[in-house]
Order: sequence, then C-alpha cells, then structure tokens
Amino acid sequence: MIDNKLIELVNITKRYDGNIVIDDLNLYIRENEFLTLLGPSGCGKTTTLRIIGGFETPDEGKVIFDGKDITKLPPNERQLNTVFQKYALFTHMTIADNIAFGLKIKKKSKQYIKDKIKYALKLVNLDGYENRMPDSLSGGQQQRIAIARAIVNEPKVLLLDEPLGALDLKLRQDMQYELIRLKNELGITFVYVTHDQEEALTMSDTIMVMNQGYIQQIGTPEDIYNEPKNAFVADFIGESNIISATMVRDKLVNILGADFPCVDIGFGENKPVDVVIRPEDIDLVAPQNGTISGRVTSLIFKGVHYEMEVMANGFEWLVHSTDMSPVGSEVGIHVDPFDIQIMNKPESEDEKASANEL
Amino acid sequence: MALFVPVNFMKRKNTVLLATPYGLWITGFTIIPLLMVVYYGFTSRSTGVLTLDNIKLISTPENLKALWLSVQLSLLSTFLCLLIAYPLAMILRNMKAKSNSFMVMLFIMPMWMNSLLRIVAWQNILEKRGILNTFLSFLHLPALEIINTPAAIVFGMVYDFLPFMILPLYNTLVKIDENVINAAHDLGAGNFYTFIKIIFPLSIPGVVSGITMVFVPSLTTFVISDILGGSKVLLIGNVIEQQFQKLNNWNSGSGLSLVLMVFVLLSMTLVAKYDKGEGRTNVL
Ligand SMILES: Nc1ncnc2c1ncn2[C@@H]1O[C@H](COP(=O)(O)OP(=O)(O)OP(=O)(O)O)[C@@H](O)[C@H]1O
Ligand SMILES: [Mg+2]
Repeated sequence: MIDNKLIELVNITKRYDGNIVIDDLNLYIRENEFLTLLGPSGCGKTTTLRIIGGFETPDEGKVIFDGKDITKLPPNERQLNTVFQKYALFTHMTIADNIAFGLKIKKKSKQYIKDKIKYALKLVNLDGYENRMPDSLSGGQQQRIAIARAIVNEPKVLLLDEPLGALDLKLRQDMQYELIRLKNELGITFVYVTHDQEEALTMSDTIMVMNQGYIQQIGTPEDIYNEPKNAFVADFIGESNIISATMVRDKLVNILGADFPCVDIGFGENKPVDVVIRPEDIDLVAPQNGTISGRVTSLIFKGVHYEMEVMANGFEWLVHSTDMSPVGSEVGIHVDPFDIQIMNKPESEDEKASANEL
Repeated sequence: MALFVPVNFMKRKNTVLLATPYGLWITGFTIIPLLMVVYYGFTSRSTGVLTLDNIKLISTPENLKALWLSVQLSLLSTFLCLLIAYPLAMILRNMKAKSNSFMVMLFIMPMWMNSLLRIVAWQNILEKRGILNTFLSFLHLPALEIINTPAAIVFGMVYDFLPFMILPLYNTLVKIDENVINAAHDLGAGNFYTFIKIIFPLSIPGVVSGITMVFVPSLTTFVISDILGGSKVLLIGNVIEQQFQKLNNWNSGSGLSLVLMVFVLLSMTLVAKYDKGEGRTNVL
C-alpha cells in the first residue's frame, strides 16, 4: 500500500445545538485504503462522512485533501463521490440518466457517456437496465445503481454511508465481495460507514472504532479484534468476557481470585486492570485441570459451535467450543497466556466516554 | 379455504356498508345537481322542449368577451400565484426548523377567514377614497385608480387563492429527500442546475395541483369580480350569476355553466398531461 495521506482531518469538532457530536477528531486516510468508520448508532459516523463530503462544515478544525485545505469547498467542487444510505436515486430519471448525471455536468461527449454507462452497468452486474426507472428495481439493484452513478465520475475517494444497511443478509454478503472487487479493480480509496462489526472486519484495511464522537481505536481488523485497546472496543467487536482484574506483576494477572499466567508486561505491580478473553479462547477441561472451575448454566447450539455459559468464581463466562458440556456439569476453565488481553482501566476523557457506554 | 370465505365476505359487506353514506352523498350532492344542470341547460325555458339555444348563448359577443377575459385573468392570476408561491414554498422547505410548520400555518391562515370578508376588506383598502389612497395622499403621492379594473380582480384572485398554491407546492417540496439534493451536489451540480434538473421536476405534481386549485376557482368566481370589479368588469361567472339571480333564467344559466365546465375539464386535462403521472396526486 502506498503510504500517501490523501485525506486528513485535523482537530475536527462539530456541535449541534451546543451538543458536541465530534470532539477534536484527528484522522488520516491513505491513498487506496479501505477505511471503515465503525461505531454504535449516533456516535458521529455519518457526521464525519458528511464533513469529508462537504455537506457539513466543522465548527473547528480543517479538512485536507491531497495537501490542500478544502474545509470551505462546497461538495460539487470536491473530487469525491458519495453513496448515500437510502440510495438517493433520481426517481424521475431513467437508470441511464441517473448514471450520466455527473458526466453531463462535466460536459463529456455523448459517446463517452454512452460507453461509461455500459461499462458501469456491467461492473455492477446490471447490463441492459439503461431504460428502467429506479422505482422498478429491487433495493439491492438500486444500491448498485447508486454505486455505478458515483464511480463513473472516477472519484479519487468514494464515501459510502451504510450502503448495505437495507439489504438482507445474503445480498449483503454478495455485495460485500462485489464492493471489494470494485475497489481492487478501480483503485479508489473507500471510506465506509457501518455499525456492523462483522462487515467491518471482512472488508476493511483499517478500522476506526468510534463512540460518542471520540476515536476509540484505529487499526487493522486483526489489531482491533485481537488487541482491543479498551473495554468498549472489546465489547463492540465480537463477543468477549471483560473482567475486572489485578495485575500481580509482569506476566501474571489475578482474575476473580485465581492467578492466570499471561504475556503482558509493563502494567506495574498490583494494578487494577481490565482483561478481555474471547469466548473461543477459553478451553473447558476437567475441573481439576482448570485454573478455576465452575458449573455450566446454559448451552445453545449455534451451528458452527456451541455457546455455553459457565458460572465460576462469581462470573458468567461466555464460552464458544465445538465440544459440548451439558448443563449442570462441573468444568475447569483454562486460558492460554497469549489469549489474555490486558487493558488499563479507563482514565482519560476519551476512555470515560467508552466506560459510560458499557 | 373454509376460513377464507367468510372473512372475505365480511370484508366485502363491511366495505359496502362503509361506502353507503358516501354513495348517498355523491348521489344527492353531485349527481342529481349535475343532472339538473344538464336538464335545464338543454331545455327551453318557455316550452320545455329540447334545445341547444342555452348553449349557443355563449357565442354572443358580450358573453364571448366575458369568457375570454375570465380565461385571461385566471391564467394571469394562476401564473402570479405560482411565481409568488414557489420561492416561498422553497424557503419554507429549507427552514427545516421547528418554527417551520408554524410559518406554513401563518401563510395559509387567510384560508380560515371568510372569503367574502377578505374581499370586502380589500374593496375598502383599494377604493377611490379607500385606505390605500388616503395613505398615498398623506405621503403626497398620486392616488391609484385600481378599484373596478381587471387589475383589482387579479389582485383579489391572487390574494384569495395563493394559499391553495402554497400548500400543495410546500407538500411536494418537503417530501423531496435532502440526500437526493445532496447527491446532485455530490455529482457536481451547482444550485441552479440542481433546481432545474432535480427539484423542479420532482415538484411537478405539486405545481399541477396548485395550478388547478387556483385556475379553476379563478375561472368560475363571481364574488371577486363583483366586489373588486364593480359592475364595470364582467367575467363569465358574473354573467352566469346574473342569469340565475337577476333574470331568474335557470335554463340559460345552466347552459353557460355547462360550457364553463367543459373549459374547466379541458384545462385540467391539458395540465394533467404535463404531469407525467406515475400514479401521483393526479387531479383527473
Ligand atoms: N442535523 C442535525 N441536527 C442536530 N443533531 C444532529 C444532526 N445530525 C446529527 N445529529 C446528532 O449527532 C449525533 C451523531 O449523528 P450521526 O448521524 O453522525 O450518527 P451515526 O453514527 O451516523 O449514527 P447511525 O449509525 O444511527 O447512522 C447524533 O446524536 C445525532 O442526533
Ligand atoms: Mg448514520
């Protein structure tokens, strides 16, 4: 990946009626990157995207595009295009006219526009739809037209606001692959908004987890999943056991009264911390072989695995395993040292925002 | 299946029951009066036999002149209403504030007052020695001789019917998704281009109902022309009114009414043609 910063948000703050929606946000997006803004409803994802697109001006801070300050530039003069959440197609125009809209403004030749429409429709697997009206298309088809309408303009950046939000699961998965294919074929930078963590993990090069207007963590999907920086991220990305614990010393943590060996160092001695343990990282063993032991309280078959809850030392442990232990059975809990993720307790303002959410 | 039949039957029975009052209403207040107008319009007053004389009455020079003037003034007032109401509806749409529906209410509030009252009020304002001219002379400006001219009538029509233009326009404009407009900007369109290519075409259903809502009452009014036009300006509405009220000639009045109805129908068809339909609020 080229390490060239294409878009930079510098100290962006946005308020609505005095309420801070984005608080001093800093972010850069590299050329060709697939960046996903991920966070719960109302955390400011759309607002961030609208600031990049130019539909909203920040109260403070700057938007830099390709080295130039574009904070005050209206949307029609920015070299990026948006795919809106509810398609926003022009219902009074044919599909061809919808796709041609941006090209006509750029005064492209008739032949060029015709070729582009054909090419774009092929790209989104809807050849032959030129003369249909948007209303006569299914939701998924309309969304693909919205994407086609944006990409024919060959933008440097495509902004997508929950583009698959309204589609059913199967179609959503198909479209995810389609979008990744498009991105690779066209070499455009994608800024993608979703509140679906699975979608984010599947598609992104980089994920930015947001909550209440703050960035909680930026990193690759692997980083975010395996090394969540705080309890909010851990909880939001996938299922996890988040437990209050004490760091006894380097490489040893006391969880619910039992000492677990771990790999983390530098947290000090006898410091309160949070630990994150993913459900699939817990091994259920014979009671005498576990670090601690408890009793299975619930068992659900989930297809790929069993989901169990184990009551041990006053905590309900969520466990995913392909082996099942029946409800009521006595089991031991074992966790490999590198599967224990240690996090500092929230201190700073940013992290408090996340703590409030939990 | 056995379950379905009674349910279906019940539904149909309910529908029929529910529709009955409306059926009675339409019969009593639309169909019967219409048939009576047709009957009077096509029969002779003295002999009661079938005749076209009442219809042909429109071709006298005075009546033709009145009809032509009605059409002209109605077109003008409709056009002026559109010209005033469109920017206003756009402003109301863009306000997007909580005060927005209150503002809309302010503009359509005159609708709540008696129409006759409002027109008489304007008569007092526009009269030779009315409020307007008193005010002008106070400022040492020349008096305006507006009352009893077609201009006064158009003024009255615009004032009286403007809310009927604002309301449908505003209603279609607020329904346009903000993101559709954003999408146009996003694709490089400036404000003017966005208006021409996106906002206006999407507002056409509102324009069409606005036009019919203003043009039809303008074409048929006699109150406004009576009061603001004196007896100097005769519109087709006044001619018809005279047949009924002064001459007590129901037959000629009905005949002329039928001609006017044909005009209304024609104009509505014409306007509806420009609305590409698509199953929206079509008047016809
Ligand atoms: N025009 C506006 N006026 C007032 N408040 C607004 C406006 N737009 C957004 N907000 C507020 O700003 C906050 C962030 O909104 P935003 O739309 O960015 O959330 P989001 O992360 O996109 O959420 P979602 O996942 O539900 O789409 C919310 O609390 C919202 O109520
Ligand atoms: Mg949103």
